[in-house]
Amino acid sequence: MSDHDHDHDHPHDPITADGDPPAAARARALEGLLVEKGVVEREDVRRNIDRLVSRSPADGARLVARAWVDPDFKQRLLADAREAALEAGLDPGPSPVVVAVENTETVHHMVVCTLCSCYPRALLGPPPDWYKSLPYRSRAVSDPHGVLAEFGVELDDDVELRVLDSTADVRYLVVPRRPAGSEELSEPELAELVTRDSMIGVAQPVAPARA
Amino acid sequence: MTFELGDRVRVADRAHEGHHRTPGYVKGKSGRVERVFGSFTNPETRAYGGDGLPEQVLYQVCFDQEELWPSTRRHARDATCVDIFEHWLEAE
Repeated sequence: MSDHDHDHDHPHDPITADGDPPAAARARALEGLLVEKGVVEREDVRRNIDRLVSRSPADGARLVARAWVDPDFKQRLLADAREAALEAGLDPGPSPVVVAVENTETVHHMVVCTLCSCYPRALLGPPPDWYKSLPYRSRAVSDPHGVLAEFGVELDDDVELRVLDSTADVRYLVVPRRPAGSEELSEPELAELVTRDSMIGVAQPVAPARA
Repeated sequence: MTFELGDRVRVADRAHEGHHRTPGYVKGKSGRVERVFGSFTNPETRAYGGDGLPEQVLYQVCFDQEELWPSTRRHARDATCVDIFEHWLEAE
């Protein structure tokens, strides 16, 4: 503890991040009211926030890397991603249905939630800010090739682009294509190639240049 | 009425006061059922403290990109797939 004496009368700034957006103040006010009315316990809110931020794209990347090296696991992942995540020791989260879709030479999937920010948080952690932004949410469906180009992805003309709008209870995880040149890598090394954006479908994993 | 894989369906073109999960850009549009996810509580009543019953069957409906955004840059077989509850779908 500091030797800072609080028996004094100079004002303290509230504990908030710089430039806290109005939404943060609103969330704090809502939480305060819900706690006051006994709807939620403050400790439950903390625990849930901790659980949410403990997840990261590394979790989803483990599933992808295993699917790349184990065709049987890939089949199980594509058939039922909830069960496959449990099998791999991961918590697939509260959504009743988790669907994994595979990007191939002929089809490319990308995921959006046009209505809000639905996202497989249990497997990827919190979504990036751009995923929640209005420009992504609208243009991912109205101009998906344009959005992909901005992320640096150009699909060949014969590739079918499928945009998945997760509007309801289903969460989608993209299994990106295994990059050429990654044949010698181990499963953990492969997992390191799998980026968050590639599991949303707006990027493609790249193998490291050979030393 | 329950739809099956491959069925052609049209999304009801109706307004809805309050929370609902059917995006405006597919209302009135024609697509095909590609997945049947099972039955889930209805978010339109659950959002207001209701029990969401009766449950509604949830489908993945895929729309040709040409049907949704005819003037956008696209490849021949591009599609957008949206998860839609049964009470928003009509047989075509």
